[in-house]
Amino acid sequence: MTRAVTALWALAGLCLIALATWQTPHLLNDYLVRVIIVMCINAILVSSLSVANGFTGVFSLGHVGFVAVGAYASGILSLSAAAKHAYLPDLPHWLASITLPFLPATIIGGLICVVLALLVGAPLMRLSGYFVAVATLGFLIIVNVVLINAVSFTRGARTFTGVPLQTTLPWAVGWLVVTLVILARVVYSPTGRRYRSVREDTIAAQAVGISVLSTRLSAFALGAFFAGVGGSLYGHYLGSFSPASFYMAYTFTLISMLVIGGMQSLTGAVVGVVVVTLFSEVLRNLERGLDLGVVTLPPLYGAAQIVLGILFILIMIFRPTGMLGDHELTLKSLTGAFKTERSKP
Amino acid sequence: MSTELYIVQQLINAVALGSLYALVAIGLSMVFGILRMTNFAHGDMMMVGAFATLVFGAIGIPFWIAALGGVAAGAAAGVIVERVAYRPVRGAPDVTLLLTSLAVTYILENFGILVFTSSPKNFPLPDWMNTALQFHGGQITFTQINVVTVVLTIVALAFLGWFVTRTDAGLGMRAAAEDLGAAQLVGLDVNRLIVVAFAIASAFAGLAGVLWAAQAGIVEPHMGFTPLLKAFVAAIIGGFGSIAGALLGGFVLGGLEVLIVAFLPSAVSPYRDAIVFALLIAFLLFRPNGLLNRTQEVKL
Repeated sequence: MTRAVTALWALAGLCLIALATWQTPHLLNDYLVRVIIVMCINAILVSSLSVANGFTGVFSLGHVGFVAVGAYASGILSLSAAAKHAYLPDLPHWLASITLPFLPATIIGGLICVVLALLVGAPLMRLSGYFVAVATLGFLIIVNVVLINAVSFTRGARTFTGVPLQTTLPWAVGWLVVTLVILARVVYSPTGRRYRSVREDTIAAQAVGISVLSTRLSAFALGAFFAGVGGSLYGHYLGSFSPASFYMAYTFTLISMLVIGGMQSLTGAVVGVVVVTLFSEVLRNLERGLDLGVVTLPPLYGAAQIVLGILFILIMIFRPTGMLGDHELTLKSLTGAFKTERSKP
Repeated sequence: MSTELYIVQQLINAVALGSLYALVAIGLSMVFGILRMTNFAHGDMMMVGAFATLVFGAIGIPFWIAALGGVAAGAAAGVIVERVAYRPVRGAPDVTLLLTSLAVTYILENFGILVFTSSPKNFPLPDWMNTALQFHGGQITFTQINVVTVVLTIVALAFLGWFVTRTDAGLGMRAAAEDLGAAQLVGLDVNRLIVVAFAIASAFAGLAGVLWAAQAGIVEPHMGFTPLLKAFVAAIIGGFGSIAGALLGGFVLGGLEVLIVAFLPSAVSPYRDAIVFALLIAFLLFRPNGLLNRTQEVKL
């Protein structure tokens, strides 16, 4: 009974989202559509980051490495033969001759990240705490160095361009829904309980027979798949990018979204993305300088990031588990909060 | 060119690079030893030191005094960051500490962009420092600034050696690094010790920043990032938390980088940083306590 009700709610929600995404391009202006697409992509990346970092407690700083691999791999696959000839003349013949549609290119990009995550994770997931953070940062740097030097595949440090602009609003929202549904199914299942037990007490988890390495590895690979997918979406949204697009600045943006929203909650990841994005968009507009009629504030480049950094530190000091902590934002919790609010005398 | 002279030249390069890495890594290791904190903002003290020197130089202060002011500014910035951002989260899980320092980096670098813009500025170096010294008909070449770097590193290390073995504060710092709780129990003022540790660590970073900027000839807000990452590797090679280890690690890393560039095929040298970080991962896996393996910690 309750299952049926939940399913009905989910279906209704999906219909609403489908309707909304279908209609929004006509209702909203270009700027808003772009902001929403980027928010969806970031939400995919941050929620997939929360699987390893929040639920399994293996704090990775290398997520953007997978995003980069996803973007480049899918970009190479979906580039048209003419664009390949023009921009990547040294590509091996078997790659130069194929051009895949958006969806398979994205999925293959994700799968390449899974393979990479299993290879890299096999040693790295044996580490904990700051060890794993520094080691995964090392992974990010290695990816960056390889991208810059594998010139025949990536054009090196120059801009990789000509990727078809195929990430539309329905694609972004669709992938976000798929990501959240799959991650929720995994995280709130026996597997997800294993993730959390490994986080809470590694030794106790091992003592009751949980294989710490394979548990962490599965979380890492799952996160990497959606990082690759998000990377592909981002690549097909930007059209042109360079290794510098996927480095420390983007890492910090994603991690601040994760931490501000709440690391141990999927909806927290989404909330973090929305809050940080709105915040940055408003500040970015202020940053360009203000004309208040009487006084004109000069443009203050960097001010938005400073405010974001301060917000981040305040969260770390006063609410280290983030805005949502380990709670999920559900319809029930929303209506429940509403009811308790009303029942107060 | 004779082989021996080539090796000597590369050895000189390795020592010059290694002393900079060692200066940064020692501060990183000192703070980690006491607080178990991977301080990402440590590299930005280099930026603070270099920019402060630039500003002091611009208002007409002679270079040496300006550089000293830069070192002091680095130390002050370190102490302020500790007080404002790190003390409130002290004792939190190590990932919280790491994230806080990451946020501080982000703030400081963007503050640098806000004040000085992100385009590099020329570093005002006295002319004599850029003079190249040549021996054996130019087969061995180094600039005065390399000599200054090595000499100042030795002076700084001598000071540190004296400080941690001969002064109460230094002994207290080592006690705190051994066991923070026990140090507190026997009545050491841990807050003060941590401030002293941050002051010295950041002064070293400030000095390294001035020297780094002097060698590169430019200053820019992100200048601390690469040396910071290298210092991480150096500190971990030597055993994170150990001052002697960081010193050793700095020179091992400097030597290794010169080795990769000077003696391996030229196709390999662009991958230098990738090799260095692969080495870091290998160390974390197989020798997490570094070359100077002392205590075995719980690894999981």
